[in-house]
Amino acid sequence: MNSRIFHIAANTFREAVRDRVLYNLIAFALLMSGAAILVGQISIEIERLVVINLGLTAVSLFGVVIAIFIGIGLVSKEIDKRTLYTVLSRPVRRWEFITGKFFGLAGTLAVNTFLMAIGVFAALLYVSHHFQKSDGWLLVALYFIALQFVILTALALFFSSFSSPLLSAVFAFALFVIGSFAEDLRGFARMAHGLERWLATAAAYLVPNFSALNIISSVAHGQPVSGQLIFYNSLYALIYASMALCGAVLIFERRNLK
Amino acid sequence: MAAIDILGLEKTYQVGFWRKRPKQALKALHLSVEHGEVFGFLGPNGAGKTTTLKMLMGLVYPTAGTARILDMELDDPRMKAQIGFLPEQPYFYDYLTARELLDYYGQLSGVPGKERPQKIREMLELVGLRDAAGVQLRKFSKGMLQRVGIAQAILHDPKVVFLDEPMSGLDPMGRREVRDLMERLKNEGKTVFFSTHILSDAEALCDRVAIINMGELRGVGTVAALTSSVQGKIELVWQGTTVPTFLKSLNAECHVTRETVRAILPEQNQDAALDGLRRERLQLISLTPVRTSLEEYFVAQVQPNGATAGGRQ
Repeated sequence: MNSRIFHIAANTFREAVRDRVLYNLIAFALLMSGAAILVGQISIEIERLVVINLGLTAVSLFGVVIAIFIGIGLVSKEIDKRTLYTVLSRPVRRWEFITGKFFGLAGTLAVNTFLMAIGVFAALLYVSHHFQKSDGWLLVALYFIALQFVILTALALFFSSFSSPLLSAVFAFALFVIGSFAEDLRGFARMAHGLERWLATAAAYLVPNFSALNIISSVAHGQPVSGQLIFYNSLYALIYASMALCGAVLIFERRNLK
Repeated sequence: MAAIDILGLEKTYQVGFWRKRPKQALKALHLSVEHGEVFGFLGPNGAGKTTTLKMLMGLVYPTAGTARILDMELDDPRMKAQIGFLPEQPYFYDYLTARELLDYYGQLSGVPGKERPQKIREMLELVGLRDAAGVQLRKFSKGMLQRVGIAQAILHDPKVVFLDEPMSGLDPMGRREVRDLMERLKNEGKTVFFSTHILSDAEALCDRVAIINMGELRGVGTVAALTSSVQGKIELVWQGTTVPTFLKSLNAECHVTRETVRAILPEQNQDAALDGLRRERLQLISLTPVRTSLEEYFVAQVQPNGATAGGRQ
């Protein structure tokens, strides 16, 4: 990473921290503490299952909200407030600015996810008093959740490079919801015929496949994750996020900053 | 080689939501600014000053034409490392302190880490913000933001400095300090290109000025050369209490006081006016040439029927 991208990323991270984005951790900590105490009292044998499902789902949802709502403002806020003028009048290329912003938010989400992961493991330890070997797969589930954030951040940046924050939020959130049902969409495409099949297949492969990145349920039941899935999901997230980021750069490069 | 060479820069925006229609913000602009010059870019609001500056900074792309700064293309990072820019009504990252902001901009401009703390201290001292170095910018007044804006524009010791309305938002003391600062930059051999609509600032500071109106260059040159091109006026004062009728035909503006009459009229009508006063047996007290100010020249250029052709200089 060149130094300018690093400095822009570091400043983006600092902005998120000072804008109290990480305060969501307090809400998360309260949620996990409450869940752990409550589940320990009311459930028999399934407390681990509940804590893992609830914890990982909360990690995912909190991160999605941050990725979308911070991501959509990364570029538009800088244009509206004209803070961008004094950055781009320096030896900073537009693609470096976009890339720096992306890494800044991705870094914020990585730190956020890491701290939440500690909370999930702490709650798990509280309810079951010890870790099991299969709990290691939770790390893979968390890694996949982080990959979702990477894709979503790139998409939010892509939309914010040409549309208003509100529309960008709607687009990004819609894609997250549709992408969470991407496997069902692919199943529907297989059953359809003619033009319908063609359109459904195109849509199914165009939207980000978030459902493949959601393994919360299977790791909660202690099922292992294949190395092949880890490899393909990593590659998929890398390619999809890179394409969205390239799209954002291409649009932003041509944009007049009025 | 000029410090800034603008070669036919043009900008047309498409306005309207459904039916897009072209709106020309800047007509083909040709302009050269020499090294070490303080150059004033004057014009009323909406004349095209900020559009020109944004194109030079690479924030807006020209519809036609090109420009070179320090003989380099506008998107050349080597050139950008040698220029400074203060936007109009600047707004900065308000979660940063003044020191952090300058540190960030220093990093982006490639100022070495070892030199940055010292440079930042010097800049904050220079713009009178030493005591506010650790204060977040969200607590800054408009004038303080303008000062930190000037500091960030010159932090990296640029060869060419672009200032868009640098006096905006400043109190009289602040304006004086900015004027002193611009003189200091000039003495250091830097090229300063600044836009303003405050003509007294331009008159006091600039080696040359350009006047732009409705996206069109109306004149370029030294203040003396431009004002000398405006038709001169004279002031006549004589004893009397009434205005002779012949003065109306000489385009005179007359003011009657208790025992004297004062008339301002075009220099070319001087002889006719003096002849008339002699005929009327009025006693002349004084005849004084009226110095044409930049403001009068400016007004003559921006009035709809006062257009003169602009040209490359």
